[in-house]
Amino acid sequence: MSVHEQFAEDLALHALGSLQGDELAALRAHLLSCADCRRELELLLGDMALLAMSTAGSAPPRHAKQRLLDAVAREPRNIATPASARRGFWTLVPWFAAAAAVLMVVLLLRQNSELKSSVATLNSLFTDQKLELQHAQEVVETFTAADSQQVTLVAAKNAPQPQGKTFYLRDKGRLIFLAINLPQLPPEKIYELWLIPKTGAPIAAGLFKPDTRGGASVVNPPLPVGVEAKTFAVTLEPDSGSHEAPRGTFVIVGIGE
Amino acid sequence: MSSIESQGVSPDVKLVTAIRSGDESAMAVLYDRYSSLVYSVALRVLGDTGVAEDVLQEVFMQLWRNPGLFDSSRGNLAPWLAVITRNRSIDSLRKRRPETDIDEVVVSVEPDMAGAAERGRAMEKVRGALGLMPLPQRSALEMAYFEGLTHTEIAAKTGEPLGTIKTRIRAGLLALRKAIA
Repeated sequence: MSVHEQFAEDLALHALGSLQGDELAALRAHLLSCADCRRELELLLGDMALLAMSTAGSAPPRHAKQRLLDAVAREPRNIATPASARRGFWTLVPWFAAAAAVLMVVLLLRQNSELKSSVATLNSLFTDQKLELQHAQEVVETFTAADSQQVTLVAAKNAPQPQGKTFYLRDKGRLIFLAINLPQLPPEKIYELWLIPKTGAPIAAGLFKPDTRGGASVVNPPLPVGVEAKTFAVTLEPDSGSHEAPRGTFVIVGIGE
Repeated sequence: MSSIESQGVSPDVKLVTAIRSGDESAMAVLYDRYSSLVYSVALRVLGDTGVAEDVLQEVFMQLWRNPGLFDSSRGNLAPWLAVITRNRSIDSLRKRRPETDIDEVVVSVEPDMAGAAERGRAMEKVRGALGLMPLPQRSALEMAYFEGLTHTEIAAKTGEPLGTIKTRIRAGLLALRKAIA
């Protein structure tokens, strides 16, 4: 016989009637499918019986027998139940299985309801975020759309000057750059945005070309997170891809907020 | 002499069959054969002769009302009565409703102890094993069995780790089994 060791001590406690709660439920579930452990439980009950029988020796009061026989005589007999037909615990296994199936259905229905609730919450969150995204897109579109009418107001009689504005979240490494009135690019040249850290070398923040009206934008170029910016700048560079350091002329430079 | 006794020393299965057929004299024989055992177990647990007698009456009346509770094909009457009595006594001690259905109790003891002589020899061995058992182990076993304390309660009472108590209880029961093997 091979008793499952993880249940060995619990079987003894169950025989004594002292196992409770989750441990009892787990053992009962195991017993449904383990004949060896059921047999061991019977043997442990036999061991218990030995302990009980070791107490034998006391005789009951003399009147106890007559009391019992009087009670037997008064008690109408029920129709005896044949041993083979008695409803022992193990004959109830199919009923327990059916009850377990019903319980499982109830649990699944409850779980289904909880999942539906979770889906509804996620849908609501998704809708909110969709609205926020739509709003952000509208803002960016207003800045960057080709047909966005852009008017720069300057002091009277002054020609429009190139201007840029950065919005930088250091801790998340996010950057939005908007520019206006940039001169049209010479052949084989390109503008490059730079993050100038408080310490260390400038960090390339994206190449860009202005539209026909000198407008341009750079949105969330790849940047390391947590770099404290001293300022930002735009240089005119050879149109040969990103550069490790500014080599061309500075077109606009940050002057603070 | 009852009809059962007139057939000689009846094995338990014949006795239960007679009870099943409504033979009141069979109950008298049953009482003569096992009342000392049932009463001793109840008295050991309850420590009160009046309450122990009530449990004695209850156990025998349960068998009279429904002798089919005992499945003679799955064990002997003496161990079964001992276990049923102990459980009912613990329920009475703790003033709680019966927690175990009698028809769930299947007791397996080897060798066969249907006869008084076999039982006597086996009990000598069991008492010997109990006497040789380390005191902490015997104490844990008896607290669990005769006082109905849970392993948690025993651990709290003795200050021993819960795992130690569990191990002692199981090892104690196995030692009794080994004693009569």
